[in-house]
Amino acid sequence: MEAAATRNKRTNSKPAKLGRDVQARLGQQLRAMYDEVVNQGVPDRFSELINRLNGNEKKDDH
Amino acid sequence: MAMDESVRKAVLSAVPSLRAFAISLCGNVDRADDLVQETLLRALANIDSFQPGTNMSAWLFTILRNHFRSEYRKRRREVEDSDGHHAESLKSQPDQYGHVEFREFREALAQLPSDQREALILVGASGFSYEEAAGICGCAVGTIKSRVNRARTRLAELLHVNSAEDFGPDETTRAVLASGE
Repeated sequence: MEAAATRNKRTNSKPAKLGRDVQARLGQQLRAMYDEVVNQGVPDRFSELINRLNGNEKKDDH
Repeated sequence: MAMDESVRKAVLSAVPSLRAFAISLCGNVDRADDLVQETLLRALANIDSFQPGTNMSAWLFTILRNHFRSEYRKRRREVEDSDGHHAESLKSQPDQYGHVEFREFREALAQLPSDQREALILVGASGFSYEEAAGICGCAVGTIKSRVNRARTRLAELLHVNSAEDFGPDETTRAVLASGE
């Protein structure tokens, strides 16, 4: 996030195709949105699932 | 045969990003979590086909993506225009993601063709290289690059941004800008 903020200091924009600044800003929003979910960590349902499957490796009918 | 501890840890640590990817693919948290669950079941049932030393995260993303694609095709027969459906499901569930601050951005993202959306997410958010993203999507590196470029251009159009100043008074953006300047 800090790297993105630093990158955005250079906002000497040129309305060309897609300026670096716009790309950087889009990328920053995309990552912020994505990281919101990533920061929720591993829900119990999944850590339990992984641990359960790991313990029950013996019965493999499928 | 019990799973190697390092493998178990690698799977576990890939879960948060896998969820974020799943949510961005299907636009619905509950369905995304089902998708992650099905992915983990498949992956762990086939853990022997994972090659140690290769990228666990990329392997799991590939399974999830393929599973989503086949599901998606199935549903497509039931619901025409699936991309429109994706956008609609976002609108009817504005709080699915917990925060509304990215709503406009999410809605724009949802309007992208699915192949462009996934390429952009994999490269721009999940942190995969173009090569890894190409491996996950089963296409050429050049294809990924052009999808990412088209996705960015289309996103800028949808959000009406031509320069960085055009980004609206979005709280997050403002906060980040304030801290950066």
